[in-house]
Amino acid sequence: MNDLALLIRSFAILSLLAVGGGSAILPEMKHVVVEQFHWITADDFDDIYSLGQMAPGPNMLMVSLIGDKVAGVVGGIAVLIAFFLPASVLTLVSGRLWEHFKEAPAREALRRGLAPITIGLMLSGAVSIARTAIDGWETAVLAVAVLAILMWRSMNPLWLIGAAGLIGWLTLR
Amino acid sequence: MSEMPADGMPVISPRVTLWRIFAVFGLIGATSFGGGVVAYLRAQLVTATHWLDDGEFLELLEVSQTLPGLNATNMAVLVGDKLRGIPGAVAGLIGMMLPGSLFIAMLGAAYATYGGTHAVTAILGGVAAAAVGVMTAVTLQIGRKQLDRWSDLALVVATLAAVSGFHLSLLTVLGTLGPVAVLLHWPHKRPRPTGEAQP
Repeated sequence: MNDLALLIRSFAILSLLAVGGGSAILPEMKHVVVEQFHWITADDFDDIYSLGQMAPGPNMLMVSLIGDKVAGVVGGIAVLIAFFLPASVLTLVSGRLWEHFKEAPAREALRRGLAPITIGLMLSGAVSIARTAIDGWETAVLAVAVLAILMWRSMNPLWLIGAAGLIGWLTLR
Repeated sequence: MSEMPADGMPVISPRVTLWRIFAVFGLIGATSFGGGVVAYLRAQLVTATHWLDDGEFLELLEVSQTLPGLNATNMAVLVGDKLRGIPGAVAGLIGMMLPGSLFIAMLGAAYATYGGTHAVTAILGGVAAAAVGVMTAVTLQIGRKQLDRWSDLALVVATLAAVSGFHLSLLTVLGTLGPVAVLLHWPHKRPRPTGEAQP
């Protein structure tokens, strides 16, 4: 299989595994694109993830940049479609089915049972980015400070992300 | 029985145009900086357009979270489908994705040009560190609301250990811990109500 076909297949599978949202599949995505296929380096992955943090909309649109890096503009668009279409079709179909099973006990069990797994996967997502992003005491302090501020009061994380970029620019050069 | 808000408009207009669905989700997709897309969704879908009431919003959000895929795009599909069927779902999905995709493409082009310079590496290093903090905070906040049993906490730790510690594949983790988790939450037969006084 060529890279484009592999990209499409990998991201389509990731899309369907994204139970509980994008952060849940970050470790798997990083593993596939960095270690399995060596499409990009771990540092590239963190950079691309960081770029994604600065954009509005669904937080995994940055997958297009991975596709772009591997197979150009066509790769970027292909990955975007591969990553968002299968899950969307599944949502459309199961959203309609879901309505029919409104009273089913399995529905509540599924929802409540998946919640802790989703949370575990989201933590793994944070760990997977932290492994390369936290590379010294400066970045560790930044991460802990952002966590503390957000736990203390609710605010748009974009301000903190912007401030961290600025602090990074001033201190990490 | 349709509720009428103060301004006398019906809660759900009978036929929303596809363009309108695209525009509303486009607005959400273009303005929801900094994650936390749920707040932006609610502001548009419940407060601004009255397409959903709060109960419907929470129910669709719950479905979005349970199904694979991202909350934001799943919500666009579900709400679009509810309003105008499959064409509505397509309009919502494209609206949700288009602004951010264009934005990312521009960032990517800038990164291709300036990436690797010390300044950009330093800025992105700061952003990545902050992102770790944001992800952890969001996870803890959701966890605080969702987890109410020790077995839930054990499942969180088991999942974290399996993925981050033992590097098991996601499919393996979902295939093994998933059924266990669902069984743990399988409803017990409710005891028959007795004659005891209920408060």
